[in-house]
Amino acid sequence: MSLIARDTPGKTTLLMGNEAIARGALEAGVKVCAAYPGNPSSEIIGSLSSAADALALHVEWSVNEKVALEVAAAASFAGLRGLCAMKQNGLNVAADFLLNLNLSGCQGGLVIIVADDPGGISSTNEEDSRIFAKLGDLPLFEPATFQEAKDMTKWAFTLSEDLGLPVLIRSVTRVSHARGNVRLDELPRSASKARFDTSDPRLAFPPVLMHKGLHQKLGRASSLFEQSPYNFYRGPEKPELLLITSGSGWMYSLEAVINLGVQDRAGILKLSTTWPLPGSLILKHLGRADAVLFVEEVDPFLENNVKELFAQHCMEVGLKRFFGKAAGTIPSVGEIGPETVTSALQALLNVSYKPRPAGYAKKVHEVTAELVPTRALGFCAGCPHRATYWAVKRALTLDGREGFVLGDIGCYSLGMGPSGFSQMKTIHAMGSGAGLAAGFGQLKRFGLSQPVLAVCGDSTFYHAAMPALVNARYNASSFVLLLLDNSATAMTGFQPHPGTGRTATGKEAPVLDLKAICEALGAKAEVVDPFDLQGTTEKMLELLQDEQGVKVLILRRECALVRGKKQKKLYRVEVRQERCLGEACGCNRLCTRVFKCPGLYWDTATGKAGIDEAICTGCGVCAEICPASAISKEVA
Amino acid sequence: MSLAKDPFNVIIGGVGGQGNVLASHILGQILVERGYVITIGETYGASQRGGAVMSHLRISARDQFSPLIPEGRCDLLVALEPVEALRILEPYGYPGVMTLVNTRPIFPMGVIAGDATYPEVSKVIAMIRELSSKVWVINATEIALEMGDPVFSNMAMLGALFATNTLPIDGQSFEAAIGELLPPHRLAENLKAFDKGAEAVREL
Repeated sequence: MSLIARDTPGKTTLLMGNEAIARGALEAGVKVCAAYPGNPSSEIIGSLSSAADALALHVEWSVNEKVALEVAAAASFAGLRGLCAMKQNGLNVAADFLLNLNLSGCQGGLVIIVADDPGGISSTNEEDSRIFAKLGDLPLFEPATFQEAKDMTKWAFTLSEDLGLPVLIRSVTRVSHARGNVRLDELPRSASKARFDTSDPRLAFPPVLMHKGLHQKLGRASSLFEQSPYNFYRGPEKPELLLITSGSGWMYSLEAVINLGVQDRAGILKLSTTWPLPGSLILKHLGRADAVLFVEEVDPFLENNVKELFAQHCMEVGLKRFFGKAAGTIPSVGEIGPETVTSALQALLNVSYKPRPAGYAKKVHEVTAELVPTRALGFCAGCPHRATYWAVKRALTLDGREGFVLGDIGCYSLGMGPSGFSQMKTIHAMGSGAGLAAGFGQLKRFGLSQPVLAVCGDSTFYHAAMPALVNARYNASSFVLLLLDNSATAMTGFQPHPGTGRTATGKEAPVLDLKAICEALGAKAEVVDPFDLQGTTEKMLELLQDEQGVKVLILRRECALVRGKKQKKLYRVEVRQERCLGEACGCNRLCTRVFKCPGLYWDTATGKAGIDEAICTGCGVCAEICPASAISKEVA
Repeated sequence: MSLAKDPFNVIIGGVGGQGNVLASHILGQILVERGYVITIGETYGASQRGGAVMSHLRISARDQFSPLIPEGRCDLLVALEPVEALRILEPYGYPGVMTLVNTRPIFPMGVIAGDATYPEVSKVIAMIRELSSKVWVINATEIALEMGDPVFSNMAMLGALFATNTLPIDGQSFEAAIGELLPPHRLAENLKAFDKGAEAVREL
């Protein structure tokens, strides 16, 4: 039984923020849920998919975020409640539809969850998606706790229906991907019938008239937010310093105020409906304090909007000193934490705080500086991508024309670093490697003599690389696309995609065959196994030297983590100590120094290589790279 | 047994793939069932790719605390890997911290490549002792390898944690929690690892 679908109202349970959001949607009677995986949002659909059968929902992994939003909006247009989830980059993809959907409005409750990744911990950027609420005149919620994540999601559906507008919920990593207590409420038992009322068409047209109607809806939202119990103030009536915060900033602010013991000097205005702003509530508190500190991640969204409000009403509330990102009190980039607020408060309220004795801090810094080696990210033991990049490096070296790899976001992005032998030279959006390759492939007439390689994952191919391939074919570009088919959306948690033959809810689905699609687009397509280093290198070299048209090399090998869950090691791998020549070999520790699989180690005592049996997954690839043939592999 | 402090802050840390997330989830689940207010935060993004990872657990009888433990406020550290214990003590340790540590190293890529050296484990343990008020040292990976799969190290460490008597929990509540979170066919092996870990601490 799915944890989030338990019919135990009143029970308090431990839920991840994403699960709490999913539970809130279930309590609101959601019927259709769609998303493309992206951390830190992936568990929303992940957990809903496990509840889909029991609660008769449609839950899907869509091919990309724009289509996911369209799927959820269709449910809304037919009077059902729909949810769409994504990470911050996903909203850029969905934005084209979103910024028309705001004009057409919607029928059944439609809630869009965007999980931002301050600090870009698992992203290529740390974009703040809240600006889209302002851009699109849409109501925006920022839950600050796990309980609010559930309760505000439930409310978002009601509000959406009430206003006839989609509601945006902005979460962040420390809400979405943390866990905490959540008290469950009842699950509804209503059956609803889908019907699209054609007498009330959903047209984003005429734009100006619809824009005016949108502003009226937003005005109503603003007055509703003035009374919201999710916006509240905690602190003295007239604080020396007023903190205005939202989302993750709330718990950090509260903890900093308590740790410093400044409860009688600093007050916190915690806002969870942050667009449109509850203006009267904010002005009331601005009138009671002379200094204001904004605590939020990532951009100064609250800060700028409150200042805008202040400018309009400064005669009523009097002069203020503002602190936050503009004043440099809070860093303007990166993730914040309890220390961020603690040091801001120390400076502004002139209080001293020592978390631990200075002698201890000095000692522990010295010890770690002396003893603790850094731990760089790298491909997992047995990862097919390591083998792929090994072949890429060899093929490009043999080709000798300074070829390069254009990439995008996925586990294989680690190809930009040492574990992928620094082969990847660009990284931007989903599918951008293929798009850039379509452009580089046109530059021969301007003197570009280097061969062009692009890399993309299997899930990414369907999401965003297909249009680039169509474009390349149509405009007669020339490059080689390396399509890394590891049979999963590995980086975000092994979600299925159109090539896997499974849906989000584990049902059988038609396989949209990668090779057949590429061939239908007029590309020359071949399939190799990256664990066959020799064969892969030769095939890659052959395609590199064919200078005509679009070539796709599909490197097919299941993700080592997926395989490891299902079956034991492929091979028993061993370094035959009598054959390993160690430092005397002349290979200069090729296996550990260059190949760097975590399953290998260099034994400084014997001066020879060894296999760490706790880590080796038995792929056997290292057996192929050892020039002394000292690494043996036997079928396990 | 009640909490030694409120909030009582626990960090479970190690290397991506060692199972700190599941271990903290199980621990949190048990404590919520016992009526505590729990927040768990995780390092993120590095989890499956060999990076240094940790979970922060805030345990309180009254309030929901933030998912990140402030500097110098870790009360109990469960380190699944020895140098990771030091890495975590650097920002989060204070003289009162108690540390449970697994002695089996996992070499970072820089060490494998020969660009960095991994310190003598005995020296690492000695430093952990200097920086902690109380220390328990076991080889949980060895226990797991004897059972045939290193994947059980985290459960052995949880068993060891229970045996330290530092948290208001017992073996029955562990059984109930893994019953909720793991598939039925995995329960027996995980219980066995748990018991072996507990035994290792009792034998210290």
